[in-house]
Amino acid sequence: MSIAVLPYTVKPHPVTGLNSGKFGTWLFLASEVMLFGALFSSYILLRVGAPAEGPTAWPGHAETHLSWKIGGFNTLVLIVSSVTMVMAWASLKMNDLAKAKRYIWITIALALVFLVVKLVFEYLPKFSDGYVPAKSNFFGIYFTLTGLHGLHIVGGIIVMLYLVGPGSHLWVKDQEYYTNRIECTGLYWHFVDLVWIFLFPVFYLM
Amino acid sequence: MASSHDMSKHVRAYVAVFAALAVFTVLTVGASLIHVSTPIHVSIALIIAAIKASLVAAIFMHLKWEKASVLWGVLVLCAVFFVVLMFLPVLTAQDTPPQVHLGSWG
Repeated sequence: MSIAVLPYTVKPHPVTGLNSGKFGTWLFLASEVMLFGALFSSYILLRVGAPAEGPTAWPGHAETHLSWKIGGFNTLVLIVSSVTMVMAWASLKMNDLAKAKRYIWITIALALVFLVVKLVFEYLPKFSDGYVPAKSNFFGIYFTLTGLHGLHIVGGIIVMLYLVGPGSHLWVKDQEYYTNRIECTGLYWHFVDLVWIFLFPVFYLM
Repeated sequence: MASSHDMSKHVRAYVAVFAALAVFTVLTVGASLIHVSTPIHVSIALIIAAIKASLVAAIFMHLKWEKASVLWGVLVLCAVFFVVLMFLPVLTAQDTPPQVHLGSWG
């Protein structure tokens, strides 16, 4: 049985001018913008539509108990992880697989730090205090948006674990192909960071 | 493959963007602690977030160096639909709530 070889994984496609992996990743990210955009739009509707006073009014910081210190810490964690991700790609461009792998492991570790902080210092205490999604519109959209974002972090970790582990054999066969895969993973990872850049002020500061 | 010289320029840009992102994060937290009216407060937070997002997209996501027109076409289309999405809640202001007689609940 012959194995189908994906075309244009390294060379740019004559029509798009991009390798197909990168073009496909950007199309996927465009759909992600729509997914998160719809939820941000819902947030605006819920916030603007909330009454000025009363039990269903939009809660202030005193009522949500979301700490900008924890949110700010996680913002920095994701920013650093974006730097280490792009440094992994830069290392591959300079033919240094060992260094690239080190950077990917650091990125994975930082992603885990983000999840642990989110879970241990935010979600679990919130749940035990009765701040569940059903409590209010605020917590409904807060858990929906940050939960979806958290799932994206988990997805990124899985892809990075594959690429730093068994997936790294591709480097031996085709260095540029592997480098492009890391670049596409990076595009996704930076997008996840980008979403958090908006989630942080929206839920913790405004 | 790009030469090491080209890449060291890239790496310098990454470090500079990291520093800028860290500074803007501190700035946005600082601005949120100042007491101003809600519209100004929200505007400042969103402007800083937009600057940070642009830096990430331009440098980390390599858009600064992308020339493929099909990619920019996708991004423009995406931006247009995103703006439409953000303005959808405005349309609800045109809604007229049905005239419900509340009776004894009122």
